[in-house]
This record gives sequence, structure tokens and C-alpha cells, in this order.
Amino acid sequence: MTDKNKKCIIITVIGKDEVGIVAKVATALAEDRINIIDLNQKILGDEIFAMTLLADRVGSNLSLPEITEKLKASVKGMSLEVTVQDSEVFQYMHRV
Amino acid sequence: MKFSNEEILETIGMIAEDKLDIRTVTLGISLLDCSDPDPTACARKVREKILAKGADLSRKADFISDEYGLPIVNKRISLTPISLVVPIADPAAFIEVAHAVDRAAAEIDVNFVGGYTAMIQKGETSIDRAMIEAMPEVLSTTTRFCASVILASTKAGINMDGCYTMSKVMKDTAARTAKDDGIGCAKLVLFANPVEDNPFMAGGFYGTGESESSILVGVSGPGAVRRALERLGPDADLGEVAETIKKTAFKITRAGELVGKKLAKILGVAFGNLDLSLAPTPAEGDSVGQILETMGLAMPGAPGSTAALMMLNDAVKKGGLFASSSVGGLSGAFIPISEDASMIRAAEAGAITLEKLEAMTSVCSVGLDMIAVPGDTSAETLAAVIADEMAIGCANNKTTAVRIIPAPGKKVGDSVYFGGLLGSAPIMAVSQVSSETFVKRGGRIPAPLQSLKN
Repeated sequence: MTDKNKKCIIITVIGKDEVGIVAKVATALAEDRINIIDLNQKILGDEIFAMTLLADRVGSNLSLPEITEKLKASVKGMSLEVTVQDSEVFQYMHRV
Repeated sequence: MKFSNEEILETIGMIAEDKLDIRTVTLGISLLDCSDPDPTACARKVREKILAKGADLSRKADFISDEYGLPIVNKRISLTPISLVVPIADPAAFIEVAHAVDRAAAEIDVNFVGGYTAMIQKGETSIDRAMIEAMPEVLSTTTRFCASVILASTKAGINMDGCYTMSKVMKDTAARTAKDDGIGCAKLVLFANPVEDNPFMAGGFYGTGESESSILVGVSGPGAVRRALERLGPDADLGEVAETIKKTAFKITRAGELVGKKLAKILGVAFGNLDLSLAPTPAEGDSVGQILETMGLAMPGAPGSTAALMMLNDAVKKGGLFASSSVGGLSGAFIPISEDASMIRAAEAGAITLEKLEAMTSVCSVGLDMIAVPGDTSAETLAAVIADEMAIGCANNKTTAVRIIPAPGKKVGDSVYFGGLLGSAPIMAVSQVSSETFVKRGGRIPAPLQSLKN
């Protein structure tokens, strides 16, 4: 992102749909002062949950691996894959 | 959202399923200020420079990898050709310095260092001779230091004495590492027209025109290219296939450019260049051979393989060049046998032969790579195989290389196992027709004409 005051990350959560996934992820982010900027969520087919989320981590002291660990812990026991990446990766790969 | 779901999920899929990764971040280090006629002092200076420049490489590469979610598979170092650094015509001096390099590499956790290199395309100095004399000992008693020797160039022609000398070095090195199937030879690359900023090992070295220290990035991603072609389906014409390869290469290259720039910045060195080669690993799916299969060849080596490979190699370059202004190195498709599951299958089935591989190397980087041949192949025949590959490089003004393992005690039908990224390979047949008199003539094959090209 071009905004110098932001440290944007893209979070993806994919897997079996269950009640409360968005709530759990959003709560975990809020606890670490990671601000959600945008969020896309869909159910693919009838049961695959897919969420992509753009957030700003400038207010958090956690490293990216720590954020990933925390989010994984927040949905522990559910069949979900969580990834966290600096948004620059997507900027580089998908924008000329 | 700035990015669509499809874009985000495509990138995640490229990394998780198609094994898109940064194959290597290689720190180039100039050793030109480490020269010293006292071997012990020279070894100490080299070691101190590697430790000073490379101490943070591994840790900072891991940090970048975590931040961007892009796996960085290897951290490596490439050095100024050691034949320019050790100013003494004494094999013992080269052995001492090589061991210092190997130990320094272990200390900073890099798996390969390139630069045990001599340039003898036109002739040898007494220093080159000492360095080459020490080579079998160096390759069999170190684990990380890789050797390369430049035997030919378009401007100098082919040093046939050098080809013969190096075939004997290969045989000696294989014999000394016989209990590991001759693995010492997997760390020895013979070149025509090498590039001086190649991040890939074993053939990387840091040329004299490079800066004090810089980051060289090798991106890969044959799995991502294959997946994109699979989605395209079997009915797309070859123009569409080329277009899809270009688009995928663009994305892969951008990922590498991001990592290279960020890593160079936090290491405080220059971003040297990005090598956008399709480099396979033994992992299923991470294969250049499988791209050829997806294009419609039953196995690599089938008629049409040279044409398909030319298109693949060219489309990768075209896509990558638009994605980065720092493209360098070899930048093409690698077709090693032992490091590519599909190529191994083709070799086992007899679909691909040494002769077909030689033809394929005329349209791609790099050359006869990681090929195991019978241990009783004569030095003369090996020298002639080397000379043939050098000729392809010279005449076509491109890099070609030879990395062949004459596996001691092994015959056609046997296999060798090197483990890790080096993989395993069936022993391939070599022609039994003699080249002995030709090779023993020695001398130099003059540089080929660069005009009147028809």
C-alpha cells in the first residue's frame, strides 16, 4: 500500500464452514490492536468457507509469524487454514 | 478491497500447492581484497570477510520469508573466483583456503558456496594448474564449496586440453567420493560463456565486474507454470500457451523482485539481480519435465521436446523481463535429470537419452546437468562429451554447462542416490564409439565465426 502510516497485511482463512469464524478472527485481531480495513467472505459450494481480510498492523507489536500463530490458535479445533502475508506481495504480483 | 478474492487466492495457491518459492538468495562477496601470498593469512582474510558480510544472511532471509509468506529455500554465498584470490601456484594453499571457506559457510548456515573457480578458456596459468590439481581433494574433503571451470567461450573457442584435464579431475573426484556414488562431481560445473552473476549453485561465482557485495535472487516456480497450463486445457493453441507462460513468469518474477529488494535493503548491500530460471526440485510437481508433459508430450525427450523447450524458455524470459529491470544470471529453464521427478522417469523409461538432452540444451539454460553415467566411461569419452556441450555454447553465443557424475562401479540400469535437492538418477548410457584420437590431439578449437551465420 502506498500509505506510509499503515502496515497492511492480507489474512486468508479457508476451510470447513462453522458458526463464529469471523467473530473469532476479528476478536483475535482486536485484542492485538490490528485494525480491519476490508473484509471479503464467501461460502464456496455449500460448505467451504473462504475469507480474505485486509488489515493494518501498525498498532500491534507482534511479528507476522506471531500474528499467524495467534490467529491459528483462535480457530483451533476447526478445520481451517490461515495465512498472513504483507500486502506488498499482492501489490507486486497483481499490479503493474 | 484493493485486491480481488481471486487474486489473493491465486497467490496463496501458487505458494501452497504449486510450490512457488524463492529458490535461492545468494550473497555475492568480492574477495579481491583478501589476496595474500601467505596461504594461512589468505585463508584467514577470506574467512573473516565471509563471516563479516554473511553473518546475518540466513536470519534476515528467514525474516523476509516470514513477512511475505514466500518460502526462501536456500541461502547461499558466491565468491570471486578463488584463482584470482590465492596468488600462489601451490595446491596446498588452495586446499587450506577452501577448507576455511567451507568452515565459514557452516558457521553462518549456508548450504553451498560458489567460487572455487578457474577461467582457462584460452589457457592456464601456473596458479590455475595448482588450483585444478587441488580440486579433487577440495571436492572430496569439503561439503559446501562448489567448483566451476570455464573451458570455452565464443571469443576464445574451446580449450581441448582443459576439457581432457577436467574429465580426469571428474574421474578422480568420483573415485574419491565413491562411497557416496561420486557426489563430489555434483559440485563441479564446466562452462562455456558463463554469467558472472548467477545465484544458482553449483555453477555460481561472483564476477570481477560486480560490486563489493550484492544480493542475487533465484526465483523458480515450475509448478505454478504447469498449473496455469493445466487450467488452459489441451485445446489451447501454442500461442495461447506461450501467453500463459509469460503471464505466470511475470508474477513469479515480481515475487522475487520484492524479496530481493527488501533483503538487500535490510542487509545494507546492493540488489544485484534476479535470475528467473525455472529450476526443478525432486519434489513431485516441482518439475520442468512435467511442464513439457502438460504441453502435450507424453514424456520429456519425445520428438517435439526441443521445440517445446525453446518456447518455454523464451516465454519465461519475455514475461520476466517486463516484471523486473534487474533480470540477469542464467534466466531460463533448467533440465537436470536427478533433480526432476519427470526427467528421472523419462530417463528410466529410455524416453530421454544423452544425445536428446544435448539437443535440448541448445535452446535452454543450462546444459548437461546432474547426469549420472557409468563409472567405467573413459576420460577421453567424457572429454569429448564436454567438448560437444562447449561447442553448443560457443556457436550459439550462450551459456552451456556440464555437470556429469561418472558413478564409480555403476552400470546402465543402476541408480545413484545423492539425497536432498540433488535427488537421485538412473545411470544413462554413453556412446561406446571412441573419440580418443580426437581428444588426445589437444590444443584449442578456434573461436567460431560470428558473421555469415547460416
